[in-house]
Amino acid sequence: MNTLPAQSDALLDIRDLAISFKTDEGKVRAVDGVSISVKPGQIIGVVGESGSGKSVTMQSILRILPGNAIVERGEILLRQSRNGSDAEVVDVTQINPNSKRMRSIRGGEVAMIFQEPTASFSPVYTIGNQMMEAILLHRDVNKPEARTIAIDMLARVGISNPERRIDQYPFEFSGGMRQRAMIALALSCNPSLLIADEPTTALDVTIQAQVLELMKDLQRDLGMAILFITHNLGVIAQIAEEIVVMYLGTIVEKGPTREIFHNPKHPYTVNLLKAIPKVGQSRTRLAAIEGNVPSPLERPTGCIFHTRCSQRTHGTCDVYAPKLTQIGPDHTTSCFLYE
Amino acid sequence: MVKFLLQRVLGLAVTMFFVSIMVFAIMELPPGDYAERYAFRKFSGTGVTLSEADIQSIRVDLGLDKPPWERYISWIGGIITRFDFGPAFAFETSVNKVIGQRIWLTLAILFSTLILTYLIAIPIGIYAAIRRHSIADYSLTVFSYLGLALPNFLLALVLLYISVTAFGSSVGGLFSPEYANAPWSFAKAVDLLQHLIVPTIVLAWSATALQIQTVRATMLDEINKLSVAAARARGVPETRLLLKYPARLAINPVVSTIGFDINRIFSELPIVALVLGLPELGELLIKSFLDLDMFVAGAILLILTFMIVFMNFLSDIVLAMLDPRVRLQGG
Amino acid sequence: MTILNETSQDTSIPTVRSGESEATLRYYSASQWQLIWWRFRHHRTALAGGIVLIVIALAGAFAEFLTPYTGTTRNTEYLLGPPQPIRFWDTNGFSLRPFVHGVKTERDPVTLRPLPVADPETRWYIRFFTHGDSYTFFGLFRSDIHLFGTDEGFLHLFGTDDIGRDVFSRVLYAGRTSLSIGVLGVLIAFVLALIIGGIAGYFGGWIDYIIQRLTEIVRVAPVIPLYMGLAASFPREWSTEQVFFAMTLILGLVGWPTLSRRIRSQLLTLRNEDYVTAARLAGAKASRIISVHLLPAFSSYIIVDLVISFPYMILSETALSFVGLGLRPPAISWGVLLQEAQNIRAIQQAPWLFIPAAVLVIAVLAFTVLGDGLRDAADPYTVTGS
Repeated sequence: MNTLPAQSDALLDIRDLAISFKTDEGKVRAVDGVSISVKPGQIIGVVGESGSGKSVTMQSILRILPGNAIVERGEILLRQSRNGSDAEVVDVTQINPNSKRMRSIRGGEVAMIFQEPTASFSPVYTIGNQMMEAILLHRDVNKPEARTIAIDMLARVGISNPERRIDQYPFEFSGGMRQRAMIALALSCNPSLLIADEPTTALDVTIQAQVLELMKDLQRDLGMAILFITHNLGVIAQIAEEIVVMYLGTIVEKGPTREIFHNPKHPYTVNLLKAIPKVGQSRTRLAAIEGNVPSPLERPTGCIFHTRCSQRTHGTCDVYAPKLTQIGPDHTTSCFLYE
Repeated sequence: MVKFLLQRVLGLAVTMFFVSIMVFAIMELPPGDYAERYAFRKFSGTGVTLSEADIQSIRVDLGLDKPPWERYISWIGGIITRFDFGPAFAFETSVNKVIGQRIWLTLAILFSTLILTYLIAIPIGIYAAIRRHSIADYSLTVFSYLGLALPNFLLALVLLYISVTAFGSSVGGLFSPEYANAPWSFAKAVDLLQHLIVPTIVLAWSATALQIQTVRATMLDEINKLSVAAARARGVPETRLLLKYPARLAINPVVSTIGFDINRIFSELPIVALVLGLPELGELLIKSFLDLDMFVAGAILLILTFMIVFMNFLSDIVLAMLDPRVRLQGG
Repeated sequence: MTILNETSQDTSIPTVRSGESEATLRYYSASQWQLIWWRFRHHRTALAGGIVLIVIALAGAFAEFLTPYTGTTRNTEYLLGPPQPIRFWDTNGFSLRPFVHGVKTERDPVTLRPLPVADPETRWYIRFFTHGDSYTFFGLFRSDIHLFGTDEGFLHLFGTDDIGRDVFSRVLYAGRTSLSIGVLGVLIAFVLALIIGGIAGYFGGWIDYIIQRLTEIVRVAPVIPLYMGLAASFPREWSTEQVFFAMTLILGLVGWPTLSRRIRSQLLTLRNEDYVTAARLAGAKASRIISVHLLPAFSSYIIVDLVISFPYMILSETALSFVGLGLRPPAISWGVLLQEAQNIRAIQQAPWLFIPAAVLVIAVLAFTVLGDGLRDAADPYTVTGS
């Protein structure tokens, strides 16, 4: 069996995860030594540019990585408390991705919503059809009951007239409504963890705020944990209690939201924060991080950020990899400036 | 939906109007005097000697003395009001009689070809996309090249050659000699079906090769869609997932290209029928073109094109039923 | 795909930094046609297709010199004779000079018809640059020199047809006719498509609408029957040349709608590309947009389209001539040759009459893989060519 005794109170415990992709050019390391721990009901924000490995890490929790991905090392421990009172911890990396067990986790215990609400629904089935598909798979109900649950969920995410809307097609919904419907779908099976992969990026700013507010409300009412992925620090400040900053497949800094915003340590985080436009600073030019994210094919040696870091020290940063260092309660960073 | 249907019916009528003009123009193209050819065909060998006055009276009978637009109107008018396609000289009878027997065979071959094509192409195209870069996938690519490069009539000749040399039987024609004049019976029907196998395979050959590529390409597109990843992330079992989401959409282009497939089949049918000796419309078309029996040729050209246009119309409707985007947003 | 392997990693990095390899720099500074050629070069099957086509085209162009006989010379001593294989040795030993076996006439034991059979005791040696039938080369000078032939007896590599004509020679001559019909047909279709598509695109509005409808009507009718209808009206008394040009004309006439549709839709797509809009917003003149942004992107697609529509032209010619509605003897094309093999009894008696079919299939196959390779190479977004 893949079950392990419960070691901590964490709902999800990703430990030293490393993932590579097999490509024509050779193996490409996408995630390298990532550890994230999520407690029940906690909202964690994961920030990073594209290519930082944040989406790959999230996909690996559900084992829906592309066929050429290999989990090189590490564990993804998920606490299942559904069957009976005793909590049981499974290592997701040890489960066959096509097994029934994995499928019961997908959508059942861990649900996911995606960046493009338009593309996440199939255009040829009604919203209700796709919602009820998930409910019938994971909950022991018949069709009329599933329909009732779906209508309730739609009402709950603020879709008016859900009895009529449930039989409509995705293209009859507006973008914001579609993302609300996607959230309703994801939450209709009472997951203990919701992975939200840039759920507001494709939406208008006003809609963004509404959807964020909705997610916060639902989290308070339903009590699930949320892993919120984004490249937008402004969005994350509104929702997350804790922030994980990723760069090129590794975690460079991790800490409570307040700490990260007011006391950032890692040069990358500092630069990211400088790049947020602020009201009242209209005369200054926005600071951009110098250079581009290196191709994953040519991962820098030593500290992965040294090629773009203004505070690098020659002979150290480009040779040795910094270790994750504790610099405050729950606040860690991997940079030689703090070792 | 009613508006959608009306639009398509109107489109069909307009297209057929222009097609009929084009067909009439082709009927008028051959040089020489149709009345003389008609008289020659009809009375040659009968010992009747024809005077210039006789030919002139035939000309008046056929309305050849009138201007082209009047002849067009009486021709198309006859077709629409009386379903009368005009006289056929080679057979000394009306076009309707010549064509009537052949239409059913043509339709039988057409539909058996379409069904065979889709039965093979859809599952194999889907399979090739799922097992991308497998040996099966690559061999299908080779097959699809051959599908284009090997002309159907050559394939027909090859199959004919194989069946004659290897089995000593001829697959040509519609019936084996012992059934040719026998009354209809179960055995005769089986014999007929056996004779339809080769033309069906021959005609389905290139259509299948093309459709496999279409289905495979669409399927590849659809498999990588976010909606499929989203369905997978909510725990839908893989086989059900593939059938419900990408495979369902991979059928749409097949439906929308059905007119194109029929066009292709009708393009190839006459020559294949000629090689295999099948008495259907395409074969008659070639014969009537060679004889310059233009009323027959025009009628067949018009009927074949009408079938294509009509199937296009049907495929539009089926597509609207399959795809809510087309149905609800009017395409 | 070595070039691409070295460089595809760089596609995510738009800027060229110092320290890039020589090959990478070359890749960035290469012209569009160089890029297409590099991609195409790695497409093995397409390259092979191109070479096969060049060989067939050259064989057709120099048919007079390369064949031992003219396409119409009749050898009455060898009617429906089987191919004579080239040999270097037989039971009588080895010979450095290739030869074929002689032919003697026997009678069919049943029908008592005269039947040519190989005589392994006699050898007819193959000579090079022999004198044979005289011909006019490109209408310029007369000659009677053939690349190979025999001094005694005769040489029919692919056998002869029922009136004793050399099938090998006829296949080469036929290739010339069929390929040139294809080329001319495609060119006519292309010019028509450009003119009509250009008019539709330039005037737009209701003119565009009507042209679109007309295009649709020509497209909706079955192609080969349409060709037949047009070909049926050729007067019987027309000469071979007249029929030839009329054929290319109708191939072009029926072929243009497909091309024009593709040209139109590609132009429309390109016109709405962001970089074209950007150029327009930046104040570029229409002439600059057309010459710098539209034409280069467009021309490669057009060439690919032309290559792809080529096999359809050749197959159409073959189909028409095959049923007797296209080219007629004494013209020699692949379709005319196949017409002689139309009868199943003919193929049973003389399977070598089917050799033109094999050549036709190879040519069409070559065009298809070449077109596919070119299409992949011309698409700037394909990273791997295979």
